[in-house]
Amino acid sequence: MIVEFILLVLKAAIPAGTPLLFGTLGEVTAERSGVLNLGVEGMMIVGAVTAFGVTYTTGNIWLGLAAAALAGSLLALVHAFASITLRVNQVVSGLALTMLGLGVSGLVGKRFIGMPPRTRLAPLTLPGLSDLPVIGPLFFRYDPMVYLAIILALVLWFMMYKTRWGITLRSVGESPATADALGVPVFRVRYLAVLFGGLMAGLGGAYLSVVYTTAWIEGMTAGAGWIVIALTIFAMWDPVRAMLGAYLFGGVRVLQYRLQPLGISPNLLNMLPFIFTILVLMLSTGEVIRRRVGAPAALMQPYTREER
Amino acid sequence: MPNPSEPHLAVAMHGIVKRFPGVLANDHISFEVRAGEIHALLGENGAGKTTLMNILYGIYQPDEGIIYVKGKRATIRSPRDAIRLGIGMVHQQYRLVSTHTVAENVVLGLPVSFFFPERAARRWLEEFSQKYGLSVDPNARIWQLSAGEQQRVEIIKALCRGADILILDEPTSMLTPGEIDELLGIIRRMAAEGHTIIFITHKLDEVFAISERVTVLRQGKVVATLETAQTDKTSLARLMVGRDVIFRLEKKPAQPGEVVLRVEALHVLDDRRLPAVKGVSLTVSAGEILGIAGVAGNGQRELVEALVGLRKSQRGRVFLKGQEVTNQPPRALIEQGVCYIPGERAMGLAPGLSVAENLILKDYCQEPFARGAFLDYAVINAHANRLVDQYSVTTPSPATPVKLLSGGNIQRVILARETCQSPTLLIAAYPTSGLDVGATEYIRQLILQQRDQGTAVLLVSEDLEEILQLSDRIAVMFEGEIMGILPAHQADLGTIGMMMAGAQRIPMSEAA
Repeated sequence: MIVEFILLVLKAAIPAGTPLLFGTLGEVTAERSGVLNLGVEGMMIVGAVTAFGVTYTTGNIWLGLAAAALAGSLLALVHAFASITLRVNQVVSGLALTMLGLGVSGLVGKRFIGMPPRTRLAPLTLPGLSDLPVIGPLFFRYDPMVYLAIILALVLWFMMYKTRWGITLRSVGESPATADALGVPVFRVRYLAVLFGGLMAGLGGAYLSVVYTTAWIEGMTAGAGWIVIALTIFAMWDPVRAMLGAYLFGGVRVLQYRLQPLGISPNLLNMLPFIFTILVLMLSTGEVIRRRVGAPAALMQPYTREER
Repeated sequence: MPNPSEPHLAVAMHGIVKRFPGVLANDHISFEVRAGEIHALLGENGAGKTTLMNILYGIYQPDEGIIYVKGKRATIRSPRDAIRLGIGMVHQQYRLVSTHTVAENVVLGLPVSFFFPERAARRWLEEFSQKYGLSVDPNARIWQLSAGEQQRVEIIKALCRGADILILDEPTSMLTPGEIDELLGIIRRMAAEGHTIIFITHKLDEVFAISERVTVLRQGKVVATLETAQTDKTSLARLMVGRDVIFRLEKKPAQPGEVVLRVEALHVLDDRRLPAVKGVSLTVSAGEILGIAGVAGNGQRELVEALVGLRKSQRGRVFLKGQEVTNQPPRALIEQGVCYIPGERAMGLAPGLSVAENLILKDYCQEPFARGAFLDYAVINAHANRLVDQYSVTTPSPATPVKLLSGGNIQRVILARETCQSPTLLIAAYPTSGLDVGATEYIRQLILQQRDQGTAVLLVSEDLEEILQLSDRIAVMFEGEIMGILPAHQADLGTIGMMMAGAQRIPMSEAA
């Protein structure tokens, strides 16, 4: 009974954590370049409404996902322009982006409320593997986006630590003046990183509306974007650790629903992810200081060459 | 006048003008460097040396002027352009990513193989370590390296990019005397291989030690370009400062009185909670200056912060005039006459507040400046006017925010506040760093004056000249320990250098 319950939670935790993983991978990349984007929540919800709208209109879920990625990066472009070119305070600009995203999605999404999904993403079955007992359903019967997120996490990790791009990205986030003095185009790197962050947040939101819930509900991200910000710190800006964090939080989300029938107050359970966020932040901050792998040193610092 | 497009000139800059808000940093500067020479660029802080070289390296854009590199007219819009022209620059504040490895720092921005790029760096590191004696461990992280090793990484970075014109901005400022000798050797080897070296400095001895020619800047203008062999220290100093400079301060023999500060086996942790001060013991008597020499980052900052109450010590005890004051808060120490001149001036002042307000930061809540909950500005301004006169602070008015003053004047404001009530113990950490010769001279005199009035002075400085000039006794700190304490008249540069590098330890005698 207990084993079954745990397996059930584990199995559900992975899809529940997938939108968080997309968002976190994007935010990890942006922050590694030195730009904090608090607009994740806004980019995710815009991704969610775009994906649902386009999928509903065209009947093609892949078109919906692509449109969401584009919408997310367009919104991120606003933040990039404000914080990199205009050197606006990144916190203010990011918060504005979240407000903007929530507002726009509500407006655009009005006519999709209550609409049924026209198509669904079928789980990917891997011959042989998916039929294994216990392991099969636990690891090999998810939709393709789950696997895409995992592959992206691994690729991103490899790119970050084992390639020239990775060194460039990390150096720009640690010390833009150093990178600039060596001829690295600091602005371009930061723009691309922030746009990639928007793309991933858009995909994360899209996953919520067309894969996970298959419906558009106003405000459906419900704070997922904020959890992404916390996860980025928990992950210590590492894509592989982001995977761990995202599924952990996915598990917390699932528990939230599973524990409700046991008579625990739903209000209390709604607080669960956020209480967990605070706990995780307190614990990981200690480790960040100890292991000297803190936030990118130039996080939130706009760069100009002619500074005295 | 040679033709600027002559190929034997590695660099020719003509009529360079650079303005910053409120400052004319470069005022029609013309500067020429011959191919293959070691050329010193001499001037005080703020004379415009770094600005000029930042223009050559593409970090700043000049407002006016023309640049020729190797005989060809050059427009240098970014460091990328400069690198392409074969120019490399080692900044005074090293441009290194401190959390990354040496290899990662070296390959940053280079078109090496996309996957596993650090492998290329290893190859280069081997090559340059053989050729110039520039050896560093490619897998070490920058923060684990000494200042000298970090500088080697910077030089390697420039060489990998094919730099044959190398700009070194104050390259000796963070090094021990031994490391300086090593660096000068490397520079000579590079020049012999055909590299052109521009050596920025404000130290006259270095000009004579290394350069073939020297260009002197003062207040943004070129004062002279000379063959080094045909000039001498006195005339260069006069050119640099614009008046005669006294190399020896008037210093009376010390009259040490009772012991004011006694530190016993003090242990302090740094920000990363690692041991920074490891069992330091010392005493400072009234009327004497104890100088603490050492390369920055060997626990001096943590020691000083523990002594002024800004940092808790783990073990050991501190006594002030025989009373134990270990880990007392700053306010309690201030009330017992401990005064502190911090190295980072921003720490000692509230930059947005006025000169007058900064001068009462320690006493604002007491009579006569405060009356109940209110401040008495008449008294505060009178107090400010008196100190501004007495310490010759150049300020438009006492109501001017301190951040608008020059570095020297900001330091005078701190000194005025800290010394106007005759402290029992004065702790000065890097009191003259970043100041020009005039301000430095003034501040050193003031510290001596405090000593003669019977104040016990603890002086921490990276500037060996300053330590030797002011101290009555010299302690050398290395990796959190005191390597030994010498009477100033017994101290020679060689011994102190060895101690700074941790290569020599002098057992503590009872005299220390």
